[in-house]
Amino acid sequence: MEATGSPQIAAKIGIRNRLREFFSDVPILGWLAGAVAAVLLEQLIGLRLAWLLGLPKIPVLFGFTIILKKPVLMPSAMVYVLLIYALPLGIVARLCAAPANRLAGKLIDVSMPGAVLLHLLLLYAVLHIWASISDYRYLTLNLTLIFVIVTLSLNVINGYMGDFSCSHPGFIALGAYTSSVFSLGLFANDTMFGEALLPAVLGPFLFPIGLVLGGFVAALGALVVAIPSFRTRGDYLAIISLAFMFIVKSLFENLEFVGGPRGLAGQPNWANLPTVFIWTVVCIWVINNFVRSTIGKALNAVRDEETAANAMTVNTRRTKILAFMFAAFWAGVAGGLFAHVIRYVNPAMFGIQQLAEVLAMVYFGGLNSVYGSIVGALSLNLLSEMLRPLELFKWIVIPLLLILVMIFRPTGLIAFKEFNVKKVIQPKRKEV
Amino acid sequence: MALLEVDRMTHYFGGLRAVHNYNLQIEPGQIRGLIGPNGAGKTTIFNLITGIHRPTEGTVRLEGRNVVGLQPYQIASRGIGRTFQNLLLWRHLTVLEHIMMARYSRLTYGLIGAFFGTAKRHREEEESEQKAHQLLELFNIGHLAHQNVLNLPYGDQRRVEMARALSMEPKILFLDEPTAGMNPEELIQMMDIIRQVHQTFGVAIFLIEHRLKLVMELCEAIQTLVFGEVIAEGSPDEIQNNPEVIDAYLGKEAIE
Repeated sequence: MEATGSPQIAAKIGIRNRLREFFSDVPILGWLAGAVAAVLLEQLIGLRLAWLLGLPKIPVLFGFTIILKKPVLMPSAMVYVLLIYALPLGIVARLCAAPANRLAGKLIDVSMPGAVLLHLLLLYAVLHIWASISDYRYLTLNLTLIFVIVTLSLNVINGYMGDFSCSHPGFIALGAYTSSVFSLGLFANDTMFGEALLPAVLGPFLFPIGLVLGGFVAALGALVVAIPSFRTRGDYLAIISLAFMFIVKSLFENLEFVGGPRGLAGQPNWANLPTVFIWTVVCIWVINNFVRSTIGKALNAVRDEETAANAMTVNTRRTKILAFMFAAFWAGVAGGLFAHVIRYVNPAMFGIQQLAEVLAMVYFGGLNSVYGSIVGALSLNLLSEMLRPLELFKWIVIPLLLILVMIFRPTGLIAFKEFNVKKVIQPKRKEV
Repeated sequence: MALLEVDRMTHYFGGLRAVHNYNLQIEPGQIRGLIGPNGAGKTTIFNLITGIHRPTEGTVRLEGRNVVGLQPYQIASRGIGRTFQNLLLWRHLTVLEHIMMARYSRLTYGLIGAFFGTAKRHREEEESEQKAHQLLELFNIGHLAHQNVLNLPYGDQRRVEMARALSMEPKILFLDEPTAGMNPEELIQMMDIIRQVHQTFGVAIFLIEHRLKLVMELCEAIQTLVFGEVIAEGSPDEIQNNPEVIDAYLGKEAIE
């Protein structure tokens, strides 16, 4: 379509196209290098620049919070973001484009896992340096990564399998409590579980076992939901899973041995950024592997036309139950990480509010898409933190945004897109 | 021993008797047809044999083993592939994914392979993909492999469905009105495809059809079903000249 609007709009579109053109041959490796430069710059001169611009401290989330709190500071916050993030990112990415392309190409030729590892290391470095500025950033980042796991696992059920499950908070709670009991009971001198049974030094090494255990308990809970609800199709799963969520919540409220409504506190500080990052990466890798295999695509076949799937040798019932348990497993792992990041759990955390948040992330980001879940979890989590100064109005702005997405992209921002790691990291060259 | 043997199969939907005392024998490599007016119970017979419904009475034997009560996917992996009258395709999958999906029961890499992308999985998926490409070439839709099925014209969707059923490597292929909604030209093409499939794979074929031209030219034996009962069975010539069949289904002018 031709731009027939005012010349201003035409110019804007022109600038955007020119920018895109300008950066079109920058590979992910180049962007990562740019991001490293930006966060390093912030580490070095961020605070001094912030003072110089009249900001009370380094803007924690790209200046949004400061702008909403004190609109007067908007220009200086924007200048800060421009000088610290936008310019270094753009300049370094642009300058690195040619060598980064060559390096990425060579790495992929030599060893694909090595290339992926390098990208992940750089990404981790960016996150680590960025989060080291403040504890608030550190916590937000950890929780966001955990919610990537939760969103992705719920997408397996609601997106890939096309059913509607409401029991994710229940699975998260099962995982959180199981791994909390594991680490408090074995490695801590706790008032409820008595003396430590094992030396605390072993704790961080055995922590993955606690997480996996939490995942398995959640998967077992999923089996309880799945057996009655997958006999038929339709709304049964939504209703049964919602009931399951409430049952789990009131179960923990009434179990005195895990603290009842007060919950459990004092989990060891094992879920640090590297741990959470590694688990998130493993989760994305495993789920992405699964949904791209024929066994995983059977979920799509079941969703789109179950009769045909059954007639084409797909054991539909088993497929559905296994996928449901698989998703619950990851929710349980996320729950375990969550408990050890917050270092406190109580039953009230795992209610309808959390369900609404997770569902929003799935549908906002996009169904049937690993990209979508990552984008959905990142954007809604960060947005919800950025809009915190709006207080009550936050819960008007975010739902409005959701409604807009539902109107203009009914299946979410990035739906039905395959996540191909090789395509993401491959070198980009200008089309001649 | 016949490949497929149906013995006195009867089915009731509530109080309605949909199929009554239905018998069928299909030998390996045979092509048989089932004709009859709308609502006679033809598709119900397909659904009963393939396990979508469970017959009220009677037995269905595939290679001598009773398959009544098995789930559709179990019967399918024992060697009955089928297409559907109203095209049941998976709307978000590509053509290639359709063909590969039908080889589901042949995959042995299991969940471990699916989760961790083992070498075995890559080997099996690659092999499956190669076979799928060969099959698509045979159906002249190789160039459409990476298209979403919904973007295909109707005739090609029919081909995809048949290729998908064949991808299971069935011993017997059930075709439910393979030419429904096709023009005369496409009808001729479809007949060629069915012939070619029969020669290449040597599968037995059991088909429901309203187009007499196709039934008469392809089938070795034909059954005529009216109100759930077989009123005539025999070679195309016998059926064409059977006064009962003419009366109930064909009509006088069809013969002339």
